[in-house]
Formats: sequence, structure tokens, C-alpha cells
Amino acid sequence: MSMSNAVVRTTELKQLDFEQIKKKQRTKSFLKGMMFLLPSIVLFSIFLFYPLLRTIYLSFFLTDAKGVTTVFVGFDNFINMFSSPIFIQSIQSTFLFVLYTVPVTIIISLFLAVIANEKLKGIGFFRTIYSSTMGISVAAASVFWLYLFHPTIGMLNVILGTLGFENIGWLTDPTWALIAVSVTTIWMNIGFTFLILLGGLQSIDTYLYESADIDGAGYFYKLRRITIPMLSPTLFFVVTVTIINAFQTFGQIDILTQGGPQNTTNLIVYSIYREAFVNYQFGSASAQAVVLFIIILLMTLLQFKFGERKVHYQ
Amino acid sequence: MSQVELVGISKSYDKQKSVLNEIDLSIEEGEFFVLVGPSGSGKSTLLRMIAGLEEITGGTLKINSNVVNHLPPKDRNLSMVFQNYALYPHLSVEQNILFGLNAKKVDKKEQRKRLVETAQMMGLDELLKRKPKELSGGQRQRVALARSVVSEAPLCLMDEPLSNLDAKLRAHMRVEIRRLQKRLGLTMVYVTHDQVEAMTMGDRIMVLNDGKIQQVGKPITLYNEPANLFVASFIGSPKMNLGKAVYKPDLRQLMIEEKLAIDVDSTYLDILSIHKNLTIGIRAEHIFPCVDEKQTHQLEVVNVEHLGNETSIAFDIGLELWTAKWPGQWDINVGDSVPVHITMENFCFFDTKTGELIRSANVGRKQEVAAI
Repeated sequence: MSMSNAVVRTTELKQLDFEQIKKKQRTKSFLKGMMFLLPSIVLFSIFLFYPLLRTIYLSFFLTDAKGVTTVFVGFDNFINMFSSPIFIQSIQSTFLFVLYTVPVTIIISLFLAVIANEKLKGIGFFRTIYSSTMGISVAAASVFWLYLFHPTIGMLNVILGTLGFENIGWLTDPTWALIAVSVTTIWMNIGFTFLILLGGLQSIDTYLYESADIDGAGYFYKLRRITIPMLSPTLFFVVTVTIINAFQTFGQIDILTQGGPQNTTNLIVYSIYREAFVNYQFGSASAQAVVLFIIILLMTLLQFKFGERKVHYQ
Repeated sequence: MSQVELVGISKSYDKQKSVLNEIDLSIEEGEFFVLVGPSGSGKSTLLRMIAGLEEITGGTLKINSNVVNHLPPKDRNLSMVFQNYALYPHLSVEQNILFGLNAKKVDKKEQRKRLVETAQMMGLDELLKRKPKELSGGQRQRVALARSVVSEAPLCLMDEPLSNLDAKLRAHMRVEIRRLQKRLGLTMVYVTHDQVEAMTMGDRIMVLNDGKIQQVGKPITLYNEPANLFVASFIGSPKMNLGKAVYKPDLRQLMIEEKLAIDVDSTYLDILSIHKNLTIGIRAEHIFPCVDEKQTHQLEVVNVEHLGNETSIAFDIGLELWTAKWPGQWDINVGDSVPVHITMENFCFFDTKTGELIRSANVGRKQEVAAI
């Protein structure tokens, strides 16, 4: 009896021991993992999480010119914002801008990527050219287009003139300004989307095309039944990123139009900038920023909900 | 009538590196023809040239006596099964099978009919709505076969279709493909690097090495009368035991790898007097245990593999490792010295310099295809 008891006790003791050692090991590996995460946690906290929380906090206050909170106003900033015609117009312009830029960027880049994916002599040259806008800064590109859009010496109006059309005030005419900015943005974005899409195309297994060749599929049949479905994860990524980028457009607006004429190109990020650093209304600027954050979040969630169904991951 | 005819087919890249040299070959209608060779021998390139996926650098390719060098793959009226099956991951099994018919705009009713027939034949009825990633390796293989069957093309090309399967499934699919080919009367060109697959499936085999034809013939012919040293060592498992042989006229003996002395029969004297540099080859099953035959040599065992129905025993012969295969189970250990029976009539003689066969084994001829 006593002997069996002793045996039981020693096994219990052993059980306890190795449980404790395992616990120790788990804590150790957790700490190790945290050490690896620490740099990004610190960086994200300083430059992302803190500003985000601070923005939400600020959106409930009025501030002085230095950004120090003065009066708590609750949701007043938001209510005022949505009753302001300028902000409503800014939202409208932003959505219009997204609508102008995203589909056209994707379609042109897809077309360029498909033709640049052919195995031809000197195709590397074209691939470099098509993706080159990726290496041009927003400021440089904007200045470059500023000259193209110049009302008298600009290339576009010179061409229109020689063809016998009237000059267009690309950046000063309210009907054209948003389109002009969109064209600039599309041109700038093509490099990135082209490169990503070309990468996607190149990762499609060549066997699929060879098999289709033997089956007697034509060029467009292959494009429709193989290329587009197999490219769908890449397309989905590109669409999501392009939409987010379009919502956050700032640089080209600042250089080309400064939100004018008649606020037609006053996109939401530019509006936030003006509210904060021209009008020194940090409270309402923060409120706008929060709204923009929510819009982008919703758009992305919607995309994942509806868009991802049509995506075929391999 | 020959279905596929290759006349002086060559392939080179960038006009420098030649991959295939002057291949002449004709494949008969309804034949199961196997292209076998080590990796890099050009066998897949040859198949892809027949399919039209690879440009032909030189020579003429005829299918049904028409020159097809210039035709795109779809106009050559053939089907192909790829090594990784090339199934479309975003399409269901049914859509995968019908992909080609859709592309060729075959009538919907006809499509249905062929789909039902093919699915039944390949045992895919239950799986038609599934996506390729929801299938096992064997099932994917069957879908790939079904896709080729449904096209009803008379010529079917297969590029190492079994290399992604495990050994058991591979053995099973070998039989299935063979039966399918016979039932449908397809002409099959089958590429593999596995000589067992080649031996078991082919009506005829072509052994390819370094872009040159080594030998074309029936599996048994290749086994018994290998045209050169490459075929001798490539066909058969285990490979043919090879050794350099020197004739000692004063002793009337043949020294193999300076270790084995074999008494020379007078019928071999002419060969031995003409050819100075000889390599001899002997199949594993021709190194006999001393049961009925008298002992000729005593050899030390360096490795034993018990396979149950037979025992494979390895010996060191000079620098070469020779293997003997004895039927049944033998109680032998490594380090034992066993008596064996080796005679000249089982030798294949090769010219060491050129590698060409001089004379094949007598026994091989004698026992060729035991008729029932």
C-alpha cells in the first residue's frame, strides 16, 4: 500500500516538474517573440497608433492655432462638417476622382501588362518604359504636367490649336480641372499597377497556355478563361491599393490646382490639410480625417466581402 | 500505316547548342511508343516538337503523311497530358474536361454526350463539380487523361504523366493508361525517364541520350540485345553488370577487371582475336548460384537485399559492383564467400572504345519469349 503510494507521489512530482519546465519554456519563447516584434511595435505606436488615437481625440474638441484643445464640443465638429456645402462638395469630388482614376488606371495597366508579357525581342525596353513612372516623384510629375497643361505654351493646348480647336483652361476651368488632375494621377499610377500586374501575369503557369494551345483555344478565349481568372488575386490587390491611394491623393492637387477652381479639385485630404494648416482648425480637420478613415475602411471591407468571391487563389 | 514520321529532326538553341541530332523515326498507328532517356537527353523537347509547342530547327515532321512543321498545335489533331497535369485551378472538373470542346465550339449536346461517356470511363462521375485542389493526385491524373480522351484526337502525347504519383498509384495508373490506349486504339507517344515504365508499357521503345537515338525496338530486344553500353546500363533493373575484359591467349582465359578468370570456349576465339578492347556485360539473373551447375568462381558478398521472392547479392569485381539475382530466399550474410556459376555464353560483348555491341548473349536468344 505504502509502496504504491510512494510510486504515485513520485510520478505526480515528475508530472508537476515537467509542466513547470514547459511553462517556463513558453514564457521564454513568448519573450523572445516580443523582442523580435518590439521594433515594429515601437515604430507603429509612435507613428501610427498614437496619431490615430490623438486624431480621434482631437475631433471632439475645438483648438487654438497651436493645436491645443480648448473646448470639448462632442460631435459638433462632425455635425458642422456634414452641413458645410464645401465639405459635401469635397466628398463628391473625391468619389468622382476615384471613379475617374481607378478603372482607367487598371484597364490601361492591364492592357500594357498583357502586351508587355509577350516574348518579343527588346520587350525589356518597353517594360522599363511602362514601369518608369514608378520612379518619378509626385512633385516632379506634377511640375511636368503643369507645363503640359499650361494655357498658352503647354503642349496639350498647342496640339489642340494646330488641330483647330479652342484652347482649354485645363487647370482653371471647373469642368476640366478634376479631369486634368485625374489624367496626371492615372499617368503616375500606371507604373506601379503595371509592374504588379506584369508580375502576376508572369507567375501564371505556362503549361496552362500550352495545354490550351493544343486544345485549340484562341487568343481572346485564353485571355478570358485563363489569364483574367488566374490574375484575379493580383487584380484584387491592385484595385484595393489603387482605391486607397486615390482617396489619399494630395501632392498633385497641391502643386497643380491648390483645390481650385471653385473647390472642384478640393479632395478630402487636401481639404483636411487646408482646414488644419491654413485655417488652423485642428478639431474639424481631425474630424474630417476620422471620416476619411471610416470611408476607406468601409470601402475596403466591402471589397473584401463582394470582390473576394470572384478571386481564385491557387 | 505510320501515323507520325520524323525525318532528320534536329533542334538547337541560338544556332549553337544542339539538343537533338538528326532523329529519324516512324511511329505506327495504334502503337504505344515510349521515349526514354535520362534527364536532359532531349526526350521532352522531341515530344513538344511533335506537339507544336517547340519550334523545329531542322528536318520534317509528318503526321498522317502530311507535313505539319508549319502548323500550330491546334491543327495537328492531337491531345497532350502534361507532367503537372496543367489543370485549370479556377475551373471545376467538368469545365476542365470541356475546356477544349468549348474552345473549338463543339455542339453543346455533343459536349454533354462526350462528357458523360468520358467521366464514366475514367470513374469521375462523382467528382465533376469539384475543383482540382479538392482532388487527390490520382484523381487529378485521371482528369488530365479525361481531358485528352474527350478530344477524341487519334494521337495522344504524354510527358512523364506518372512522375508526380507515389509508387503504388504509379503502378496502378500504368495499367490503366495501357488499357485505355488499347481500348480506344490511340497512337501514344509517351515520354518517361523511368525505364521500368518504358519496359512495362511500351510496344516499342526509343532510348535517347544526349540528343541521339541509342536504340529503337521492342522492350525484350532492348533487354537482350542492347545496342551499346548506354542501353545496357540504362535498361533493366538492376542494370547489366559490366566489366573490362582482357584475353590471355597463353592461358586461354578471359580476365575480367583483372579479377575474374573465365575459361574461353573455342567458338569465341574469333571475337577475341579481332577485338582487343572489350567490355563484357552480364545480366544479374545470369550469375547463377551453384545448385545444379558446377562452381566456376568463389566471390565475397558485399551486400544482400532480401526481397522475399528473390534475393539480390552484390559482389566487388575490381572497381565494378556486380549484382546477382537469385530466385527464392537465401540465407547469406555480408562477408560470406559464395560459390557462383558464370560462363561466357551469358556475356554480351561490347567494344570499349565505341561502346557498340559486338555480340549479344547466347542465352538471351535461347530463352527469348517463352511461348505458351
